[in-house]
Amino acid sequence: MSKDYKDNQPITAKKLMEEFRRYQNGSVSRRHFLGVTGLGTAMAVMGSAMPSLLSRPAHAFGEVGDKLVFSTWPNYHNPVNIEEFTKTTGVNVQVNAFGSNEEMLAKLQAGGAGWDVFVPTNYTISTYVELGLIQELDLSRIPNFSSAAQNPTFAGPATVNGKVYAVPKNWGTTGFVVNTKKITSGPKSWKDFFDVTMGAGSGHTIVHDYQLTTIGAALCALGFSFNSIDSGELAKAEKLLIDSKPHLFAITSDYQPGMRSGDAWMSICWTGDGKQLNTDMPEMEYVVASDGGELWSDFYAIPTDAPHLEAAYAFLNYFQDPYIQARDFEVHGYPASDSRVDAMLPASTVNDPILYPAKELMDALEFGAAKTLTDPGRAEVIARFKSA
Amino acid sequence: MATMIKDGNKGSWLTAVLLAPTTLWFLVMLIMPLIVVVIFSFGERSPMGGYAASFTFDQYANLPSRLKAFTNTLTYAPLGTLLTLLVAYPLAYYLAVKVSARWKLLLLVLVIVPFWTSLLIRTYAWIFILGGRGIPNLLEMIGFDDVRLINTPGAVLLGMIYGYLPLMVFPIYVSLEKLDKQLLEASNDLGGSPFRTFLQVTLPLSMPGMATGCMLVFILLMGEFLIPAFLGGGKIFFLGNALVDLFLQSRNWPFGSALAVTLVIIMLVTVTIYMRLTMGSKTGRDVSIM
Repeated sequence: MSKDYKDNQPITAKKLMEEFRRYQNGSVSRRHFLGVTGLGTAMAVMGSAMPSLLSRPAHAFGEVGDKLVFSTWPNYHNPVNIEEFTKTTGVNVQVNAFGSNEEMLAKLQAGGAGWDVFVPTNYTISTYVELGLIQELDLSRIPNFSSAAQNPTFAGPATVNGKVYAVPKNWGTTGFVVNTKKITSGPKSWKDFFDVTMGAGSGHTIVHDYQLTTIGAALCALGFSFNSIDSGELAKAEKLLIDSKPHLFAITSDYQPGMRSGDAWMSICWTGDGKQLNTDMPEMEYVVASDGGELWSDFYAIPTDAPHLEAAYAFLNYFQDPYIQARDFEVHGYPASDSRVDAMLPASTVNDPILYPAKELMDALEFGAAKTLTDPGRAEVIARFKSA
Repeated sequence: MATMIKDGNKGSWLTAVLLAPTTLWFLVMLIMPLIVVVIFSFGERSPMGGYAASFTFDQYANLPSRLKAFTNTLTYAPLGTLLTLLVAYPLAYYLAVKVSARWKLLLLVLVIVPFWTSLLIRTYAWIFILGGRGIPNLLEMIGFDDVRLINTPGAVLLGMIYGYLPLMVFPIYVSLEKLDKQLLEASNDLGGSPFRTFLQVTLPLSMPGMATGCMLVFILLMGEFLIPAFLGGGKIFFLGNALVDLFLQSRNWPFGSALAVTLVIIMLVTVTIYMRLTMGSKTGRDVSIM
């Protein structure tokens, strides 16, 4: 066990220094750095608590090379899975973590990113296809993928013009988290969220440094669509955000430290972070807002210029294995769109109201729309709000 | 030297060869990217983000929308530099003049040691020191409730002083270390009080070190983005933050380029004026940076 623990230790002193250097050189983002260093401990503990009980079948691929560059989100994988992939295939995986889809798109658009696999969110896929940045997948090379097992609501965005460009990873919601010891009024909607921010909770609210969720929340509070790009509606959302700015604790997508220290009482929040906070501090309540919000699903995709294509397909196939997906879930807490995974999880998990919100709440949510990713109006609103 | 005078052609040829790598480096790594940035700044954002060729002044016309970033940077950078100077001077003075030779090396090393760790980590640590479970928690124990330290202008200034202190300490230390003690004795003999001696002898003689230190710190603070993002909670927005946003989030390269060009111009003008003011009057008394 102790050996297991050591094996799964996410970061050694040497590795930590390497990460610093990479950050200093600008080759990785702050989020990446926080991702590899910050959540590591939790991952190590949970990873070692679930040793691989079953031996996995050897992969049916021949020579797949020895390297793979993978770009994903922080706190989104079980390191045991990636280690096992390296052991069975001989492919070393270099993991980069990002904080927003815009950042990923910026890197791919600039060219020469050198990624083999990355994790885009539903609403970005059609844009990647349009820009020719990702390639159509040959599903015969991903035998572990089961189209029949997918929930079409979450898996749908992978198909553009009848061609499949991605395979599903996980899905979740964007709501907010409330420290119920500090805020007792029980906010249930985005309207409540902003009312509390500018009232009883002044000085203690965090909004994301991310156009989609922060502008989306303000739009929902005003009764508009989460995805609006209407200039009049955006102007009203901008006004609400700028009015609330003096009452905010911070504008950051790294909201766990502020919530945990008690400085912040409320924050825009994703499912997995809500689950992690609630597990450690029961007073943290995750709320799916009644007036809307985001429903999202993430995917694995292969960039057009992926240098290690064979390894990329081996990787995709490995992560479509329901057992591997279940093992990822144990660490990050985001549901899969693959019903074979749900079947492997305990009933208490599948009934968790944070992870699987009630249907009437889900009905109010919207998938992010492709237009919000590239709309210059939304980009300017978030930038003006931050520089106001 | 004699050969060079006798055979001027050969000398200049040798000089050219020796300078070639540096010249090439500056050309490829500095001048060319700068030209690209200038060209981009007259373009427009393509519909999907990035750069689309054009010739327009729209990007420059849009600069006032980032007015707060300019005013923030131009307030915090000089203020941060001044505060760093005020903190660094006594420390440098102590190290150069007061401390015994036995401890000097150790103390100097202690000033450098934090530089071995990334500024990111050290700044991130301050989030916890200034956060609710840090100093405010201690203050609460002695009766000061609800003190907010993190995500305030004070926290940003503190982070700046903390982060750049060594860059200020060392140039001042170097200039004070070279100080001729006999000048102090002379001042004393002529009836100058210790305070007057400091004001009229020590301080003027350490001016070059102060000037160098201020320049180093000021230039870095003008491009700072990490400290305001971490310790200002993203609410205190610098030009550096605006640039990160424009290139990494909204992918508006032309506007980002226009902002970068403007920042470079502001820097060139300020630094030129500053050098005229501080260095111009003192010929040949420069203190080298390191």
